[in-house]
Amino acid sequence: MTGRMAAILESLGHLLTGRLDRLGLAARFAGALVLVLWMSIRRTSLIIRELYFSGVRSLSIIAVSGLFVGMVLAVQGYEVLQRYGSTESLGVIVALSLVRELGPVVTALLFAGRASSAVTAEIGLMRATEQLAAMDMMAVDPLSRVIAPRFLAAIVSMPLLAAIFSVAGIIGAWIIGVQLIGIDDGAFWSQMQASVDVRIDVLDGLLKSIVFGTAVGLISVFEGYFAAPTAEGIASATTRTVVISSLSVLMLDLVLTVMMFRGLS
Amino acid sequence: MASSDPSVMIDLNGVRFSYADRPILQGIDLTIKKGEIVAIMGGSGGGKTTLLGLMAGRLKPSSGSVTLDGFDVPHLGKKDLYALRRRIGMLFQFGALFTDLTVFDNVAFPYREQTDLPEAMIQALVLMKLEAVGLRGAHRLMPSELSGGMARRVALARAVALDPALMLYDEPFTGLDPISVGIIGRLIKRLNRALGMTSIIVTHDLNETLRLADRVIVLSGGKVHRDMAPDEIRETEDPFIRQFADGLPDGPVPFHYPAEDYLTELMGS
Ligand SMILES: Nc1ncnc2c1ncn2[C@@H]1O[C@H](COP(=O)(O)OP(=O)(O)O)[C@@H](O)[C@H]1O
Ligand SMILES: [Mg+2]
Repeated sequence: MTGRMAAILESLGHLLTGRLDRLGLAARFAGALVLVLWMSIRRTSLIIRELYFSGVRSLSIIAVSGLFVGMVLAVQGYEVLQRYGSTESLGVIVALSLVRELGPVVTALLFAGRASSAVTAEIGLMRATEQLAAMDMMAVDPLSRVIAPRFLAAIVSMPLLAAIFSVAGIIGAWIIGVQLIGIDDGAFWSQMQASVDVRIDVLDGLLKSIVFGTAVGLISVFEGYFAAPTAEGIASATTRTVVISSLSVLMLDLVLTVMMFRGLS
Repeated sequence: MASSDPSVMIDLNGVRFSYADRPILQGIDLTIKKGEIVAIMGGSGGGKTTLLGLMAGRLKPSSGSVTLDGFDVPHLGKKDLYALRRRIGMLFQFGALFTDLTVFDNVAFPYREQTDLPEAMIQALVLMKLEAVGLRGAHRLMPSELSGGMARRVALARAVALDPALMLYDEPFTGLDPISVGIIGRLIKRLNRALGMTSIIVTHDLNETLRLADRVIVLSGGKVHRDMAPDEIRETEDPFIRQFADGLPDGPVPFHYPAEDYLTELMGS
């Protein structure tokens, strides 16, 4: 009995130290990445290429998802607001939910599945086929030539995509609320304009997106860079990117939301 | 110290290296002069690629010294190491071409990254290098459209783009058809003569080695087993080298991976 307990404790300990080792590795990797960031910011053409692959190619999935989420929000919101007789507030409710919460979070989750997984696989394969080693031998630092542009592209794309998601969502809610249900068009927009604060609500959403972009971007390049150079290694690194990114986004969202909570004032 | 001798390109002294706890190299002493073509032979997994990594500063020895053209490689900072590497070319075992770039852009990569040459000049240089490996006509292709031999030749064109003083070749002949082997072999020799570069070739291909190399170094057990001229190899009685030369499956390099007795295992224990 005590033997089994000891064994369980020991394997728990191994699990924990393993995780901590990896966290330490990630921290050192992030540090090295920050050191080369400035150099690669100046190579805008590389970042633009990655913006295209990660950002532009995620546009359609983000816009379509935003539209659907906005439509659902409109139906759900209308049901609740009807009980209080304030259906003309639909625009506000939908816009606030999207800008402050669903835009950044759902965009980050979709981005992790659509773009970051591909980045991990690409970097992992470049490593497995010694492309990164070849670059290093040609005195070109893979960290600034390959890794940093992909990381930066995630940070830049995320807020833009989240904004597109929110706009698509508001259009979706307008289609349902105004066109189908028949809420007054003027009330829908004017209440939204009056109640959504650019400085508070939009900035909070923007901040969330940037934090998510940083986290998801870092996870995807880290997992790719340290993927075992085999088919299984790259497959499991890709899975880890999606799983860890999604969990990190949800956890960070909780932390940020609590920090941004302004009480009942 | 030999390293201060200007005629020496590489000097290894008592170099040891392990992966985790597994010793791979156990005291390598080796001096290679400028302009030499040296072949390094040895069994699979014997640490030949590791040795190239140590020479280029990609790996650090656990003890011993690596001196390249007078520089103490393991102790160079990143900037100095990169400055040194601009004068080293390496041909990787599988070419390691950038799969997202065309053949042209692969060969142009070192010029674009390391020089300020105008694009017109780069274009002329790239086409010249590709012409030298017989693939000027293939410059628009993607690496995925190349055969193994063609990819290796493009990789060679890229590796010598900046006219390095030292070329490291990791199994340049492995997995190629005999015609490509001949082409690559002749290219290596020609580059060596034309540019006076030092060449280190890790290889299993004894025929090609004997035709190319000025000197053959045989690794075994993580040490330099023999250091001899190609002619000596043809005549030596050394059983290890004879196994290589004659392609014998069993010998000092065992055919079988260490295992328990076959009969015992078949009968179950
Ligand atoms: N990154 C690594 N981690 C652990 N072991 C390695 C690594 N790279 C190579 N090895 C091991 O080191 C030994 C020597 O490898 P290598 O130098 O590639 O041999 P060779 O090129 O002579 O075939 C091999 O047994 C190989 O499995
Ligand atoms: Mg090897």
